[in-house]
Amino acid sequence: MMTKFTQLAFILAFLALGEGLKWVLGVPVPGSIIGMLCLVLCLEFKIMKLNWVKDASDFLIQNMAFFFIPAGVGLMVQWDIIQKEWVPIVVASVLSTLVVMAVTGLVSGRK
Amino acid sequence: MEFINSISFLVAFTMVVFILAKILYQKYPVFIFNPVFVSMGVCIGFLLMTGISYADYNTKTKFISFWLNPSVVALGVPFYLQLERIKRDWKRIMSAMLLGSISGIVSVVIIAFMFGASNEVYLSLAAKSVTTPIAMGVTEAIGGIPALTAGIVVSVGILGAIIGEGFMKLIGVTNAKSQGMAIGTASHALGTAKIAPKSEEHGAYAALGLAMNGVLTAIIAPIIMPWVEVVLTYL
Repeated sequence: MMTKFTQLAFILAFLALGEGLKWVLGVPVPGSIIGMLCLVLCLEFKIMKLNWVKDASDFLIQNMAFFFIPAGVGLMVQWDIIQKEWVPIVVASVLSTLVVMAVTGLVSGRK
Repeated sequence: MEFINSISFLVAFTMVVFILAKILYQKYPVFIFNPVFVSMGVCIGFLLMTGISYADYNTKTKFISFWLNPSVVALGVPFYLQLERIKRDWKRIMSAMLLGSISGIVSVVIIAFMFGASNEVYLSLAAKSVTTPIAMGVTEAIGGIPALTAGIVVSVGILGAIIGEGFMKLIGVTNAKSQGMAIGTASHALGTAKIAPKSEEHGAYAALGLAMNGVLTAIIAPIIMPWVEVVLTYL
């Protein structure tokens, strides 16, 4: 059993690994996604044990919504554009979100 | 003034606002009291009142935004826990992801265009379903406004968190796998954060959806945008 501190360090190490690979490979995919895929591979091939990261990962996932707030507050500086074009922005975002959910959900299977 | 403009105050303030917003939502679970939405509103109001610029606030709350990155890495855990099941059904999953990703990019651009969006606005919408760092990168690559994308991405995430489950039921999608994957694909980490506590399966497939759509959109959007723009000239 690892302490939470060590678990968090593991997750940050995978993030750093992801950033490193992104830099080496020059791919336009964020380091966090590459780091996540590396973590999955390391767990699958038993290089990492689940309880080395489980508690810290649960903590981060449970609180993820909070980390979005500063980016969301950024809408305030886009006020001019939003005021002018809020109709297409809102209509397209809402309808297209429903389209994505319906297509993905139905192709993947209802039952 | 210097005190309320400090890193410690702004970070603590944002945390307290979010905690109170969560308490409010627990008491009154109505959709407009979505905690992220309420917190954004309160923080915007606070900045406007105090005259602190967003650029300043954003720099000083990097400490908060940074944790989005390890959170995405952490989604590898529920993903791994369902890996055996995912491998068994990968063909269907890949088709659902690919069609979901493409239909999202194409539909948002065409609808925005038909409702009169300017060139840079519909380009900023193309990557609306994927997590902020990817979406901003895609927008930059195709010539939109990355900062606008960031705000839209968060709004779409809140929307997915609010309506996702209800909409899935409405169209008759009842299994945890499809619900999780659709919500993760359409509304990235914010939708995932809302649906993941329901079950490990929801969490795993939402994580899969958000990761796959992130990768797919980063690759597909810059390739298909020129084609979509050709279609727009016929509308």
